[in-house]
Amino acid sequence: MLLKDRAAFASPWDAEAAREIAVRHKDMEGPLLPILHAFVERFGHINNEAIVLVADVLNLTRADVQGVVSFYHDFRREPAGRHVIKVCRAEACQSMGSEALAARLERALGIAFGETTPDRQITLEEVFCLGNCALSPAVLIDGELHGRASESKILELVGVRS
Amino acid sequence: MTMRIFVPCDAAALSMGANAVAAAVANEIAARKLDAVLVRNGSRGLLWLEPLLEVETGHGRIGYGPVKPSDVKSIFDDGLAGKTHALNLGPVDEIPYLKNQQRLTFKRCGITDPLSLADYEAHDGLKGLRRALQMTPADIVKEVTDSGLRGRGGAGFPTGIKWKTVLGCEADQKYIVCNADEGDSGTFSDRMIMEGDPFALIEGMAIAGVAVGATKGYVYIRSEYPHAFAQMNRAIEIARKGGLLGTNVLGSNHVFDMEARLGAGAYICGEETSLLESLEGKRGQIRFKPPLPAIEGLFGKPTVVNNLVSLASVPFILAEGAAVYKDFGMGRSRGTMPIQLAGNIKQGGLIERAFGLTLRELIYDYGGGTYSGRPVRAVQVGGPLGAYWPESLFDVPLDYEAFAAKGGMVGHGGIVVFDDTVDLAKQARFAFHFCAIESCGKCTPCRIGSTRGAETIDKIIDGENVVQNIDLVRDLCETMRDGSLCALGGLTPMPVMSAMEHFPEDFDRVRERAAAE
Repeated sequence: MLLKDRAAFASPWDAEAAREIAVRHKDMEGPLLPILHAFVERFGHINNEAIVLVADVLNLTRADVQGVVSFYHDFRREPAGRHVIKVCRAEACQSMGSEALAARLERALGIAFGETTPDRQITLEEVFCLGNCALSPAVLIDGELHGRASESKILELVGVRS
Repeated sequence: MTMRIFVPCDAAALSMGANAVAAAVANEIAARKLDAVLVRNGSRGLLWLEPLLEVETGHGRIGYGPVKPSDVKSIFDDGLAGKTHALNLGPVDEIPYLKNQQRLTFKRCGITDPLSLADYEAHDGLKGLRRALQMTPADIVKEVTDSGLRGRGGAGFPTGIKWKTVLGCEADQKYIVCNADEGDSGTFSDRMIMEGDPFALIEGMAIAGVAVGATKGYVYIRSEYPHAFAQMNRAIEIARKGGLLGTNVLGSNHVFDMEARLGAGAYICGEETSLLESLEGKRGQIRFKPPLPAIEGLFGKPTVVNNLVSLASVPFILAEGAAVYKDFGMGRSRGTMPIQLAGNIKQGGLIERAFGLTLRELIYDYGGGTYSGRPVRAVQVGGPLGAYWPESLFDVPLDYEAFAAKGGMVGHGGIVVFDDTVDLAKQARFAFHFCAIESCGKCTPCRIGSTRGAETIDKIIDGENVVQNIDLVRDLCETMRDGSLCALGGLTPMPVMSAMEHFPEDFDRVRERAAAE
């Protein structure tokens, strides 16, 4: 799994391909999370058709699948922007000013956490710990980790002029 | 002889530009036609020096750091390991931060090529498993029990006792599950092992499998660790090809194979029963105990669920014997603890030492004080559910019982340092807020209490009926502590109560406002 987390690389929904992914994982022990991860990686998000399809292949109810999808933060129901910025807002990063950084990013991008810019370029998300706690503040941009992050560095990486 | 040059592949090093440094090193080697090879090692854990470039010489490995890609040419011009370069740190093993450690679990991390089984073996790898394969299951379990190893995830439950329970169960299938859902802020030791010495975990899990009669293992890795997940998958593949995993573990009649599985962004899945639910493909909601996972765990089968550091400590214990490991430590906290120094700290990183070290030694002698240069005001030890402590408690020795006696916990060994700009009322509010976001929703004290707690702290911060509201928070904390099903709801009161107890001035908002007026 690449975990690129970028809508730019996501393919449009393809029921055949989705079924093929689900069937390929079907005989694993506990196949549901690996299938959902594979969907997010391939299609960028999990739509209603995907939920129906997985329920069918794994012989689960739609409610079961919907319940799992909604429980985990990773299984996004809407496509993300071209770039995804995940800002760590846990304690170690707080001690190094991540709350001020978070507020500056919201202002600079004109969106709140959990939102995507209207031009679909950038999605801003919060995350609680990236395991880079000695080099805070930490951010994950399109799956790449950055330490000692600043507003200007982050905006430069996603191509926004500050 | 081919010279080896090391640039870490550890995610923390990558976060400071290690890949660009590695590319520059490869370019210089090629351009100068040197008989040298670039090795992507794990991190030594001196994280303020990352990217740390090391050059192997006749007199040890010479370090340079922190290196920028633009520094690489001058390091080569300096003759590699010449003593004149401004970034030259001398022999890395002589750096006091590293020299004054007792690395048992992390003995190879940062030293070897993490994906070379030959390098692993050359540095004492597989000795533990080889010895275990000559022993009876009961003797392996006894060795782990005798070592005094306790769960490094936070709960501190004796590892050998868990194994003994699983060994004693009759079942057609048993499992070894490694909890690598390292969600505590301030911790990164699991990640460092997965990226820097993944075979240590694989060997530890194989030993556990042989000991209890489990043939299948899972390592559940949080999705916030994409590099660790990728590295673990590579290592498992190599271990299979190398005969360490599979139908004949190291040529024996033992069967053991394992898979890495990815979490999906839920802190609660670090709780063992929630993790098992998640592995089964369900919502990560916690289970009632009993039954214990050791008796009815993954898919209802007897399951060893251990923290990654616990499992990665097992190869040393089996290789060197329980007595050697037990010789380290104090009281009932035996062996070493990989401590992670994080947050507002000048020299953050990983320090593996026997239990018994004090916070003061860690923060000042190793850490060098705050990154900001301001005075230390508080530390939070043991992750988001750990206590906030003031400087007056910095002489408590790092020991499960000593910390508990002062209302704190060692947890997974993370220490987050805050300078004097911290507002403990806001930190207490965050503890409730975090619990509200991450609660699995199964029990009411955690699900509702977390939200009501955050609201009540908001009132305190606004100076509204402060005395009554502080009483209300105390009462709520007691309910959560006594009435929650698992540690998330049960321990959220720890950061809240400790903040109120040790930093009451931060909650006295009316007086603050009056003083301002």
